[in-house]
Amino acid sequence: MARQIGEVILDLRNISLRFGGVKALTDISFNVREHEIRAIIGPNGAGKSSMLNVINGVYHPQEGEILFHGQVRRDMDTHDAAAAGIARTFQNIALFKGMSVLDNLMTGRNLKMRTNFLQHALWWGPAKREELEHRRKVEEVIDFLEIEHIRKTPVGRLPYGLQKRVELGRALAAEPKMLLLDEPMAGMNVEEKQDMCRFILDVNDQFGTTIVLIEHDMGVVMDISDRVVVLDYGKKIGDGEPEEVKNNPEVIAAYLGTQH
Amino acid sequence: MFYRETGQFKTSYGADQQIFPIRQDRIGIVLLLAVAFVGVPALGSEYFFSAILIPFLIFSLAALGLNILTGYAGQLSLGSAAFMAVGAYAAYNFQVRVEGMPVLVSFVLAGLTAAGVGILFGLPSLRIKGFYLAVATLAAQFFIVWCLTKFPYLSNDSSSGVISVPGVSILGFDFDTPRSKYLLVLTLVTLLALAAKNMVRSTTGRAWMAVRDMDVAAEVIGIRLMHTKLLAFAVSSFYCGVAGALYAFCYLGSVEPDGFSLDMSFRILFMIIVGGVGSILGSFLGAAFILLLPIFLDIVLPALSELLHLPFDGATVSHIQLMVFGALIMFFLVVEPHGLARLWQIAKEKLRLWPFPH
Ligand SMILES: Nc1ncnc2c1ncn2[C@@H]1O[C@H](COP(=O)(O)OP(=O)(O)O)[C@@H](O)[C@H]1O
Ligand SMILES: [Mg+2]
Repeated sequence: MARQIGEVILDLRNISLRFGGVKALTDISFNVREHEIRAIIGPNGAGKSSMLNVINGVYHPQEGEILFHGQVRRDMDTHDAAAAGIARTFQNIALFKGMSVLDNLMTGRNLKMRTNFLQHALWWGPAKREELEHRRKVEEVIDFLEIEHIRKTPVGRLPYGLQKRVELGRALAAEPKMLLLDEPMAGMNVEEKQDMCRFILDVNDQFGTTIVLIEHDMGVVMDISDRVVVLDYGKKIGDGEPEEVKNNPEVIAAYLGTQH
Repeated sequence: MFYRETGQFKTSYGADQQIFPIRQDRIGIVLLLAVAFVGVPALGSEYFFSAILIPFLIFSLAALGLNILTGYAGQLSLGSAAFMAVGAYAAYNFQVRVEGMPVLVSFVLAGLTAAGVGILFGLPSLRIKGFYLAVATLAAQFFIVWCLTKFPYLSNDSSSGVISVPGVSILGFDFDTPRSKYLLVLTLVTLLALAAKNMVRSTTGRAWMAVRDMDVAAEVIGIRLMHTKLLAFAVSSFYCGVAGALYAFCYLGSVEPDGFSLDMSFRILFMIIVGGVGSILGSFLGAAFILLLPIFLDIVLPALSELLHLPFDGATVSHIQLMVFGALIMFFLVVEPHGLARLWQIAKEKLRLWPFPH
């Protein structure tokens, strides 16, 4: 592989997050290096999705701090996170159901658009130029994900697997530096999983995108990730390279206890 | 086979992003505009202009305004008529208080005033959604009408808030016949509809729809919810405000606050439900339908009673009108939430395959 894992670009320090009495995350610390594929695993309810939500500012932890791109903060803000190049997909697909695939992807680029609503109302001139310019970029993503045939289809009509792919497309359209993927392969058949794996690896390899990935399929996790964090009941019970984590007794116990 | 895009291959993204990508649609629109701007003025009667076409265009504009807010941005509002009232009274005030104010400028200022008021009453949308937001806009409806009745300043000290607007004159030309008023209204509505179509097919519209469809995802993509929602309120109220100004200046000539009642807000809401939520075309279809249905029933029902020897009196006719109205609203809410615009689209898809069934 051409890619080289770089410096730590995201460092989560002693993060605790509560919802009323529920402790979703307790004193969690881990970091993410530039260009790496970092997996978060753990049983259901372990706090994995909450972790992603903390990283891009959907949730605000009660304790801890976040170092991102050399800047230390109490918490993140969704807009700042997006502007800083963090994009994501959701565990339960969160596409814009009433819009076409193309429009969903174009929406992914909204932060790169400079024209205002008055220019849009006029259309001719800057708005049209900008629309075309971004359409070209979006078509590259469409080619990359091999979804040319459905670009005009309303996403609500697509089968589940394709919706997941379109959601990845919407995130990629933003040309992110860091991609947060919440169970991108859940509910897919083997073939769809293989496609998705290939896309993730290609994104990482070709664009150097740093990837933080939640996944249940251990085979996949061990195959594609550089380092793995393991959560259980909101606590971190393991962190390291896949081999290391696989042989960690606490991790084995957690998995034997709750899953098969 | 007559209506289809087959064979019309797009060789550039520019061609694919035209306002009407299918050639037949483009021809259709040009024909429609030709008829509206040339054919109708040559043939229409005074009654036709002042009792049917002018109110149709004005309500289409108001429905378009509401559709931007509710259909595209997903924020339900029951205050459309009140925003029209703001536009009507603002235009009136700019006309009578500012010496030499051009009437078109006062229409624009009326729209902007309504936009400002719209933003104010849109603030609750940052916290509440759906039903609760609808109730908040209901407050706008009552509060605005109350203000216009309560403060004589707003109606230039006329009794009980009734205003009689001055005549419309642009660059020395007096718009004093129904035909000329029709052309003025038609021009403004066409331009604003074009602007709306352009907005909804660019970043602005996509941001509105994103907020409507999945606000968390929209936020995570970097769309600012507050900015997007308030912009929808502003643009929507601008459209309603201009519609209100036209309602006073080009339709009734004299209006009172109570004329902009909750009943009227509901009628505008029904227009977009019947016409199509989230469709520019639907705003026009819905307005036509809701305005023409009573006229149609007025003609048909007595004839029907004659034919069937049923003793229909005036009250029965109006009851039947209400029942037909209610049934249609229910039909569109339950069976075809995307309204007439969607039925039209389905018809076009069928036509695309015709005469082959598949
Ligand atoms: N918005 C929320 N409100 C209340 N509780 C929440 C919320 N989000 C997550 N939780 C709780 O936090 C815990 C961790 O959830 P989550 O992060 O979704 O786990 P995972 O993704 O690992 O399955 C669960 O107990 C869940 O009920
Ligand atoms: Mg989860």
